[in-house]
Amino acid sequence: MPRSRIDIPETIHYLSILDEHGVLDTELEPQIDDKTLIALYSAMLLGRRFDERMLDLQRQGRIGTFPPIKGQEAAQIGSIFQLKSTDWFVPAFRETAAEIWRGRSLESILLYYNGFNEGTIIPADQRDLPMAVPVGSQILHATGLGYAARYRGTDEIVMTYFGDGATSEGDFHEGLNCAAVYQAPVIFICQNNQWAISIPLKQQTHSATIAQKALAYGMPGIQVDGNDVLAVYTAAQEAAERARNGDGPTLIECVTYRVMMHTTADDPSRYRDDEEVERWRQKDPLTRFAVYLQNKGLLDQSREQEIETEVLAKIQTAVDSAEKQMKTLGEPLDMFNHLYAKMPPSLQCQKEEVRQYLANNTGEVHHG
Amino acid sequence: MAKMTMVQALNLALKQEMAQDDSVVLLGEDVGPDGGVFRVTDQLIDIYGKERVIDTPLAESAIVGMGIGMAIHGLKPVCEIQFSGFAYQNFHQLENHAARMRWRTQGRLTVPMVMRAPYGGGVRALEHHSESREAYWAHTPGLKMVIPSGPRNARALLVAAIRDPDPVIFYEAKGLYRAFREEVPEEEEVMEIGVPQLVQEGDDVTFISYGAMLRPALEAAEQLAAEGINVEVIDLLTISPLDDRLLIESVKKTGRAVIVHEAPRSFGAGAEIVSRLLEGAFYYLEAPVQRVTGYDIVIPYFSREKAYMPDTARIIKAARATLNT
Repeated sequence: MPRSRIDIPETIHYLSILDEHGVLDTELEPQIDDKTLIALYSAMLLGRRFDERMLDLQRQGRIGTFPPIKGQEAAQIGSIFQLKSTDWFVPAFRETAAEIWRGRSLESILLYYNGFNEGTIIPADQRDLPMAVPVGSQILHATGLGYAARYRGTDEIVMTYFGDGATSEGDFHEGLNCAAVYQAPVIFICQNNQWAISIPLKQQTHSATIAQKALAYGMPGIQVDGNDVLAVYTAAQEAAERARNGDGPTLIECVTYRVMMHTTADDPSRYRDDEEVERWRQKDPLTRFAVYLQNKGLLDQSREQEIETEVLAKIQTAVDSAEKQMKTLGEPLDMFNHLYAKMPPSLQCQKEEVRQYLANNTGEVHHG
Repeated sequence: MAKMTMVQALNLALKQEMAQDDSVVLLGEDVGPDGGVFRVTDQLIDIYGKERVIDTPLAESAIVGMGIGMAIHGLKPVCEIQFSGFAYQNFHQLENHAARMRWRTQGRLTVPMVMRAPYGGGVRALEHHSESREAYWAHTPGLKMVIPSGPRNARALLVAAIRDPDPVIFYEAKGLYRAFREEVPEEEEVMEIGVPQLVQEGDDVTFISYGAMLRPALEAAEQLAAEGINVEVIDLLTISPLDDRLLIESVKKTGRAVIVHEAPRSFGAGAEIVSRLLEGAFYYLEAPVQRVTGYDIVIPYFSREKAYMPDTARIIKAARATLNT
């Protein structure tokens, strides 16, 4: 028979457990203990408030350009929660909430966005990669880490993040394809926030979903309400189990929205309507999660205020500490360090050249 | 000692390094049962299995990008890019990540990785198979760019590259793969990366070359010797980071220099070497430094390739120009 139908066995699911009005699907509700629920809420709130504070600081000229995460807290915290400390986290650049959850200090984030290399230092016990700016390029590192984890016979898994724009990059294709070929324990989290700077999703791909792209690679894919932390949590938990059991990678598309600008250097009014933004603000991940916790009797006004106060105090301490640290940093000669394990002679010469230049220059300033 | 081609010597390096360190893995296109299109990884899959000799999908960015992830995990991946003309697909992985991971994380995460790739012309290959683009990698801070010139140093430098704590781009001249054999010791031999080698002493003029071009440079030196001109020949071996001390010392003695490479002339390795010589030995120079190189064009299809590649006659002509003879 010249033409027949090929049935692809997998289907794509869409998962939503807690809708934008705080209405819960009790059958799908994941079993999460009270302490963890509050921890998830606190982490989302910390991500939100820190983001807001950074925007203030940026507008005051106290930090440089940064990409806000507002509106994407559930997509990040619901997923990153599934990683153990022995697992690997491979971020793009709009994962501040997830980075903080993994243990990155607020100070280091402030240092980074103030142009200090010291802000990318990863503590020795953390299996996190630094943020990756070239879009989608980090996806392949996750696949390589996953391969190595399996080669070493560990049960480590890898979680990598990227946006809808990254799915147009070749490295997305290569990373997912190779992970499937090698059945590497990698969870690919797409934060589909609808916009890649000024390009809307419909101009990024003609696919009905990003999740369905998984089928082409022969791996499971799922689309979830990315503003529903319970749905993200559930999908990531399933994917983590699969990966840990040796059943390979998963693509999770978290449908969310970039409420703010791409970075603080961007002006979204040039390319999108306020009404669209307003519609998405109504789907806020924190508001609905707070309703859920209130309905469970875990959050009342005073507890909410308590968490808010704790979060704000933590941020203030970090801002004070980072601004104090910055005054002690900035030795220019440090820029030559850590390029190679052992500094080559030609670089030693250049470092010495700068040292002498600065020494003489400083002298002139003092005498002038 | 066995006499080996460069392919065999490279194979020996990989085989021995894999035997003594299970963190060494190979990945690339056709590196498994096929043994690589030039057979550098011949039979290694039989010894070490497909988990360590990894045939990859046809995806250069993935080969290097996955290599970076593996290296961060603690493995020592040796990535094979089938021809250096395809390495532009993975350029960003090296420039944006491999080269700067140590610097970005202040030493916390490192990428002890090797990218091997055949390069260079003179073998009547198809287009995109003959380029000599070492300058691209040499321009990226954080990478090391190594090019051996024969079986023995290829083996010893590949061992060094695998053990190096930083990413190394390792270019193998296709024209040398099976051009000649050299004695290569069975026991371990490691050369230091970053150190040029004095191949032949002389006091009239200095030849500086590397890779496949070292041979015509040596032949030219031999012909000139018959006329009583003593040529000092330096094999660069590591293009970057460039250690210029031996070069400057030599030119201070000879006062004359000819640089030979098959890469295009403008902004090539020769341009940097001339600058270093001007900075370090200007007052010792007796004549303008000569460059014998490829031209600033696409390397021609092989019917015209001979006119492009530096050869002994061009090198002798350049040497005479410096000697004013």
